[in-house]
Amino acid sequence: LRPAPLPRRAFFWLVSLLLASLLWFVSVQLSDRENANLQYGLLVFGAAVSVLLQEAFRFAYFKLLKKADEGLATISEDGRSPISLRQMAYVSGLSFGIISGVFSVINILADSIGPGTVGIHGDSPYYFITSAFLTTALVLLHTFWGVIFFDACEKRRYWCLGLVVASHLLTSGLTFLNPWYEASLLPILLLTLCTGLWAFSTAGGSFRSVRKCLSCKR
Amino acid sequence: MITFMNNSDSEEEPCNERTSLMSAESPPVPSYQDGLQASEAGEPQAHRKRRTGSSRSPNNIADGDMSDSRVPVRESALENEEEELTLKYGAKHVIMLFVPVTLCMIVVVATIKSVRFYTEKNGQLIYTPFSEDTPSVGQRLLNSVLNTIIMISVIVVMTVFLVLLYKYRCYKFIHGWLILSSLMLLFLFTYIYLGEVLKTYNVAMDYPTLFLIIWNFGAVGMICIHWKGPLQLQQAYLIMISALMALVFIKYLPEWSAWVILGAISIYDLMAVLCPKGPLRMLVETAQERNEPIFPALIYSSAMIWTVGMAKPDTAARGPSQQMRDAAEDGRENHGSPSHAESQMSETRSPIPTRPITSFEELEEEERGVKLGLGDFIFYSVLVGKAAATASGDWNTTLACFVAILIGLCLTLLLLAVFKKALPALPISITFGLIFYFSTDNIVRPFMDTLASHQLYI
Repeated sequence: LRPAPLPRRAFFWLVSLLLASLLWFVSVQLSDRENANLQYGLLVFGAAVSVLLQEAFRFAYFKLLKKADEGLATISEDGRSPISLRQMAYVSGLSFGIISGVFSVINILADSIGPGTVGIHGDSPYYFITSAFLTTALVLLHTFWGVIFFDACEKRRYWCLGLVVASHLLTSGLTFLNPWYEASLLPILLLTLCTGLWAFSTAGGSFRSVRKCLSCKR
Repeated sequence: MITFMNNSDSEEEPCNERTSLMSAESPPVPSYQDGLQASEAGEPQAHRKRRTGSSRSPNNIADGDMSDSRVPVRESALENEEEELTLKYGAKHVIMLFVPVTLCMIVVVATIKSVRFYTEKNGQLIYTPFSEDTPSVGQRLLNSVLNTIIMISVIVVMTVFLVLLYKYRCYKFIHGWLILSSLMLLFLFTYIYLGEVLKTYNVAMDYPTLFLIIWNFGAVGMICIHWKGPLQLQQAYLIMISALMALVFIKYLPEWSAWVILGAISIYDLMAVLCPKGPLRMLVETAQERNEPIFPALIYSSAMIWTVGMAKPDTAARGPSQQMRDAAEDGRENHGSPSHAESQMSETRSPIPTRPITSFEELEEEERGVKLGLGDFIFYSVLVGKAAATASGDWNTTLACFVAILIGLCLTLLLLAVFKKALPALPISITFGLIFYFSTDNIVRPFMDTLASHQLYI
């Protein structure tokens, strides 16, 4: 029995998004509308701030969960909490990923139903498919980051934390290279794979456990 | 919380009935434990014995072991157990309420996005007489505030009227009123809804088929809601009528009035439930004094709920199964000591062998339910539906409001587990929902749109 997973973490992500947007909005209002370069720069700044805020909120959520977990552990009879930290990390990362992915892609999905031509103004015609791949990568990445992040916080390996934040910034930065998809999509997919392997090993898996699982041994 | 909401019918209908609901009663702790044990074990016959408030450790629950039954030992140092069970229960309740609220919102949003009828402005209800087509912003604001005042006063008057009727035991009148309003909802509004959906998808349907469908739908709905019926069918019907009501509100309330009304109604809910002289609080207390269930047609229960009328004189006419159910309800509603629950159980133990297994399971289910008023469903759906209708075709706003409402519901249920008495379910959710709606629509949307146009991901 665990507390309803999705809405709480989604809420945290939303609040972080709200704050980042607020910052961006204020900065846009205060700046010169006509200067396109400045606007783009502000956008980059807003995106970077948003990434940092997301990670900060992830950390805040970790702290909250830790406290709740300790509370539950003291209450229960055998001193263990009913939910393992790894489970919480996984669910937390997944919900962050889901809400982030949904927010990124739902408007695109809604538009894709209606009549229209992709890229008629000279943009790439592969907009939809690359958005789909990017969103998939992002959702998976958030899940992996969640697992690694919580584990790093638990074991106080702060260089892991820094690495997670850096990879998030890197991912977000790579998307700035769109529509040059070879440079942005492929590295992001590679990064997803590597982060996945890292999260897998953090969660206690190994090559042997995979083999055991595949050969259906007990 | 329980808020009595008037179903505003069409413009012609002079008296409406608002049904709002109460977010759960607080069953006494024994039933928490009992119900939890019952749910974990999952065996009908054995459950009987467990209901007597025995204390259990969480490990035993997992095994379904029932060695220590019978003696309520709450007085011992098992307060922590209670807390943990409360928390666990709270979590379960949260999930049990998330699904119907989500379903109701999905139905409303799906209808709003596809059927254009509900977003066209075709006049207003008589409860919001002031129009919002005024040139100046100040005038529009004034009109919406006036509309709100009128609407809220109508609701207050109706609620007080209902409470007075209940206090003076005019059960037949209340019953007739409820039946009339659910008739209106199930037949008339469904007919309109079906007509609009068929129009949208350009499906031809002849009148005999339509009559057959509407008649069956409405008749089964009336039976399910006001009499007996399978739990899930009843829940489905309650969700559907809440969605229909919410759609009516979304269509007929002008824009700014809708937002101000949502804000005002949560304040009213807060006051009506928590103030000592609040009508809803008086209603709850009167019902608890008399050991009666409250207006079964207006409350969504996540467990099997009583499906018969509420008047005590009917007890004699009911069969043994009904008595069993009522006894359990009373035992659950009572804030009394575990001994009371025990006595209830002992007196009802004799009819047990004569009843079929399904009743057992029903009875088991009853104790671990949490109740939410239909009015809460309706106003949550109004918020999300309005967000879907007016947020410039943006899905992010709808999603944000949806998450905000669910979080508010979560918090309310947490408070419910802590305070163990009826609480208003509207204020926290609606506040979060409103904050998120306005902030997402005005601040987050440009940001996300700009990011999406450059295909940037954060």
